[in-house]
Amino acid sequence: MITIRNINKKFGKLSVLNDINLSFKKGQCIALIGPNGCGKTTLIKSILGMVIPNSGLIEFNGKSILGEYLYRENIGYMPQIGRYPDNMTIGQIIEMIKKIRNSNQELDEDLLKAFELEKMFDKQMRTLSGGTTQKVSAVLAFLFNPDVLILDEPTAGLDPLASEILKEKIIREKENGKLILITSHLLSELDDLITEIIFMQEGKVHFHKSIEVIKAETNETKISKAIASILKQKQSKNQNS
Amino acid sequence: MNRIIKIILLDILKNKIVLTYTLILAALSWSSFALEDNSAKGLLTILNVILFTVPLVSVLFSTIYLYNSSEFIELLLSQPVKRRKIWASLFLGLSSSMVFAFMVGAGIPLLINAPNSLGLMMIIIGCLITVIFVALAFLSSILTRDKAKGIGIAIMIWLFFALLFDGIVLFLLFQLSDYPIENFMVGLTALSPIDLARIQILMHLDVSAMMGYTGAIFKDFFGTSSGLVISFLLLCLWAIIPFFISLKKFNQKDL
Repeated sequence: MITIRNINKKFGKLSVLNDINLSFKKGQCIALIGPNGCGKTTLIKSILGMVIPNSGLIEFNGKSILGEYLYRENIGYMPQIGRYPDNMTIGQIIEMIKKIRNSNQELDEDLLKAFELEKMFDKQMRTLSGGTTQKVSAVLAFLFNPDVLILDEPTAGLDPLASEILKEKIIREKENGKLILITSHLLSELDDLITEIIFMQEGKVHFHKSIEVIKAETNETKISKAIASILKQKQSKNQNS
Repeated sequence: MNRIIKIILLDILKNKIVLTYTLILAALSWSSFALEDNSAKGLLTILNVILFTVPLVSVLFSTIYLYNSSEFIELLLSQPVKRRKIWASLFLGLSSSMVFAFMVGAGIPLLINAPNSLGLMMIIIGCLITVIFVALAFLSSILTRDKAKGIGIAIMIWLFFALLFDGIVLFLLFQLSDYPIENFMVGLTALSPIDLARIQILMHLDVSAMMGYTGAIFKDFFGTSSGLVISFLLLCLWAIIPFFISLKKFNQKDL
């Protein structure tokens, strides 16, 4: 569904993405993990066309996204830190996005109800807490029933109850056969969600494997432990060489 | 396109600054006609107001507005909207609301007190100057991510065109007064939209007779209809070129 070929991106002298090759298919739920500043968000933003790579090709359903915009109708994006116009209320933001999308599809208002945002519709965005802003971002990402969901640190800042609601929603969408891309640092949270893991470091993809393979290779049952043991192996290899 | 422009226009209309700007323009225009006994003198006073305040307010308000809508731009970019469309809508929204404010504030008193070709020309030039400085604001806000720097650039642009450029022209005029530089001076005015506008209006007021030999050369050029068309085209270029440079940069920008 999404193919990334030889993507390079530099911010000034700093090389953020270094020859990335990846492909994502329908029905997959992919975790994008790696240390801070390894280029996860930049990769996501290049898929959305918010960051323009220096070289390389990104294809969505077989078509290059360069200069395109309509493909974004099929993407729901939840940013790490949602930034919204300060003086608009929650209701106005949602109404505005609805108008801009102008889709006559049925709206998916599950999260809107689950998070009980309707009660706060006339609150201004600047008065909201970080967690509530995250809730608004989540609602907007799921609202239009997109085929692809890109969630950048979805549970960061959410209270346990809300992040449980969001997790359940993600699982339901995954079962509907959607492609879901998640970045997160909380590996334990990902356990019952994901089917594949991409590990990035210093702008490069270290590995892209399915969960079963990783678990089999490391003889662990938990993802967090499996990743930890892979990292340890790498470290000892580096020290030996 | 219309949906986004509508959202932007509604947002600007809610802003009290534009309303204040309209009221101040209206107060200045009405009072300058009331103070002078003939309309030509009133026009001259308004001309100075237009060439001083209109560029300042247009460039500053637009720059600040653009920086403040960075969240809005970011939000729209993750939606299925063309980049070009976002930028063009912002430009159309901002320039039309500033032009509207100018029309209400200065246009109405001009039409009532000087209902002739000169008054009409003043209105057209005021609108053009507004659009030009909105376009320059787009350029200055795309040049840097830093809000303080961007606003600084906007103020420098205004200072340069409103004050410094005249100084440079005067300096050259005195330094090179021994040489035949009149044609060169006509060319030089094309480099500043404010001077272009000022000379065009002055040529149609009778005060140009006081400008000596250079004034005569100016009259030769700007007084003719082809000179008029050329200077209008130049003013249009002043609006189009900065906006297109900023559009190109915006298309390449990482957010």
